[in-house]
Amino acid sequence: MSKKYIITICDGTGCIQKDNAAIRKILEQQLKEHNLTNDVRVNLSGCLGMCDKGPIVVINPGYTIYGNVTTNDIPEIVEEHIVKGKPLARLAIQEDHLYNRFFRIFGDAKFFGKQMRIALRNCGIIDPENIDDYLSLRGYEALAKVLTDMTPKQVIEEVKLSGLRGRGGAGFPTGVKWQITARAGSPNSPRSASDEKYVICNADEGDPGAFMDRSAIEGDPHTVLEGMIIGGYAIGAKQGIVYIRAEYPLAVRRLEKAIADAREHGFLGKNILGSDFSFDIDIRLGAGAFVCGEETALIRSIEGGRGMPRPRPPYPSVEGLFGKPTLINNVETWANIPVVILDSGKWFSTVGTERSKGTKVFALAGMVVNTGLIEVPMGTTLREIIYDIGGGIPNNKEFKAVQTGGPSGGCLPAKYLDTPVDYESLAKAGSIMGSGGMIVIDHDSCMVDIAKYFLEFTQNESCGKCTPCREGTKRMLDILIKITEGKGEMYDIENLERLGNMIKKASLCGLGQSAPNPVLSTILNFREEYEEHVKDKKCRAGVCKQLLTYEITDKCVGCGACKKVCPVVAITGTTKAKHIIDQNKCIKCGACFSKCKFDAIIKK
Amino acid sequence: MEVVEKDKKQELKEFIDSVKNKEHGDSYLIAVLHKAQGLYGYLSREVMDTIAQEMQIPTAHIWGVATFYHYFNLTPPGKHVVSVCLGTACYVKGAPQILEAIRNELKIDFGQITEDKMFSLQIARCLGACGVAPVVMIDDKIHGEMTPQKVVDVINQYRKAEKKQ
Ligand SMILES: Cc1cc2nc3c(=O)[nH]c(=O)nc-3n(C[C@H](O)[C@H](O)[C@H](O)COP(=O)(O)O)c2cc1C
Ligand code: SF4
Ligand code: FES
Repeated sequence: MSKKYIITICDGTGCIQKDNAAIRKILEQQLKEHNLTNDVRVNLSGCLGMCDKGPIVVINPGYTIYGNVTTNDIPEIVEEHIVKGKPLARLAIQEDHLYNRFFRIFGDAKFFGKQMRIALRNCGIIDPENIDDYLSLRGYEALAKVLTDMTPKQVIEEVKLSGLRGRGGAGFPTGVKWQITARAGSPNSPRSASDEKYVICNADEGDPGAFMDRSAIEGDPHTVLEGMIIGGYAIGAKQGIVYIRAEYPLAVRRLEKAIADAREHGFLGKNILGSDFSFDIDIRLGAGAFVCGEETALIRSIEGGRGMPRPRPPYPSVEGLFGKPTLINNVETWANIPVVILDSGKWFSTVGTERSKGTKVFALAGMVVNTGLIEVPMGTTLREIIYDIGGGIPNNKEFKAVQTGGPSGGCLPAKYLDTPVDYESLAKAGSIMGSGGMIVIDHDSCMVDIAKYFLEFTQNESCGKCTPCREGTKRMLDILIKITEGKGEMYDIENLERLGNMIKKASLCGLGQSAPNPVLSTILNFREEYEEHVKDKKCRAGVCKQLLTYEITDKCVGCGACKKVCPVVAITGTTKAKHIIDQNKCIKCGACFSKCKFDAIIKK
Repeated sequence: MEVVEKDKKQELKEFIDSVKNKEHGDSYLIAVLHKAQGLYGYLSREVMDTIAQEMQIPTAHIWGVATFYHYFNLTPPGKHVVSVCLGTACYVKGAPQILEAIRNELKIDFGQITEDKMFSLQIARCLGACGVAPVVMIDDKIHGEMTPQKVVDVINQYRKAEKKQ
């Protein structure tokens, strides 16, 4: 039955936190009261990418987006928009950088504006738990096309033609990887003579400030599955595995449902769509180890062991899971495949830059007005992303740096804002594309502290197999701690660089090889901040505690609250008189600072 | 209580039986550990011994795997599990101060549990709610836009709710 309106409630984590469940309940009640349940369908969708304006409710047709919706607004929305057919201007989001464009793009099937959705094309539009929704947007059509009209070789040629490169970080050409895996085990490649092969989707998403893959799966799981099935056909595999973080229970649940539905519809299992191709997909859960995003470690983990990397070659394409040729791609890479097949590799290669084709999804967050998921054509500049799409820095503050690539990447200062995002340009500027984390930093953050933050992370996540990474990152961290505590010497900065370059060259896997990047890039771009910490014992952002002094000003009314909370009894003074802090005793814990109700304590 | 424990053991055994004879049965070890942690809240030595027997894998190997992955708890969690997000977005928006406030309030560190067994504390890395950073998750509920003061209030709400029961 066709419905007059479709109301979509965003069900991403941000909106769940803002109690979208209550909105849904009231909405359904209201629709019932107005006898509208037959005319209106209520959907949940994956993250719409407008997390800061949640809860989000979208009404179609017309693409009206309502933001910051409360349960009290619902009766009015139903009355005005659904009953009277007039969108409610009061709550509709007018000037929205992130999403208006996205809807317009799909509204008239053209792309313009700064965003463009290929991988996330269905996220936010379809109900991820309803396979019919996916089917209505040409879902599994690419699979049908491949099975009826194309040989595996032709599929690989199409993917090669598209110029698609891996979205998991390294940017290896996807078609080439498929070709190598397809050939492995065949008579011309004697290395492993078996016909058994595997396809893996890497959904381990280790970057500690990113959630692209999670949202992609939560918002449109079938796209990923369809990509994997096509990959399985192209290389001649029978079994696919999604390796996904256990920390993503909602994504896991949606994936499980999607797999079950796909089986029921004959897209998975024996003789798919009546062809002689059989393929199935299983889910394996990760267990919180960053290194398991690395492909050889991931494979070890699926095999049930400690997720430690091994030297390559042999690459997984030749010798992977259970020793068999294995095709491993990132979630976003898989999500691009149906588009490459349906709209042709040639079309795909018209989007993007000379060497980086298509789009890239970023999780834009940190000190930026619009935080959320965005997808832009390769070649969009950092400035366009941060200012045009992201809306700039909040509270009239000034941009200081943008971090891409998470713990493997680097921090770029303002002079690189016009760098286009593509694999080569970001690398040239001293960072990396990475898997899509993009964190904007303002002057309230200390760059030495940011470097220390990432190194603490990688040091903790080092699997310990090889010495440069295990011991080297520890030594680098020691030096950084020394500098942030004001005990650094000038030679420490040189030591960091020397050690960092050594670790990059000598480590076994990508974790160690990239762990020094955040440190090296901040030394390169923000050297003066390191020198200030060392020479002047000053942290200009006021972040490094040991370099601060707390002082009590004349605003003090002598309430004694600070004296009580000080854990080392460094504060003295009598009631109703100004108190003082003994700087020799003070351990800079800041307890007094947060306790004082009169703003009488300042940090310098 | 006794009966419940028995049920859990039974359920774990059934799960192991359902996977161990599949092709590459050993590879399901991590899935089994997830199942066990889901049932018991953590992986005790006894549970690992049971798994070792059922799957015919040495306990030493299981121990090695369980200690490698951060997700597995080797000690019982508190009644409420407090996860502080230390993802990058939360970090630049003040997660360290939130963490400090929680540490001061609960007087415990990561991986520890309060004396009254009410709360345990752990790190999370990006909960996918960067839009409302900094974020703290208590059990399954996400609390966004935290400040050092707000997070203490939230903890107190959980305490109050416990007292009422
Ligand atoms: C330490 C480390 C962590 C990684 N984490 C991820 C990850 O979370 N997701 C991912 O897709 N690839 C990750 N990779 C890259 C994978 O090893 C692999 O290159 C990728 O999954 C291949 O897929 P692609 O060609 O589609 O990018 C990581 C690599 C290293 C060295
Ligand atoms: S570089 Fe680090 S994470 Fe990679 S194998 Fe060596 S110790 Fe393990
Ligand atoms: S970094 Fe904390 S929710 Fe993303």
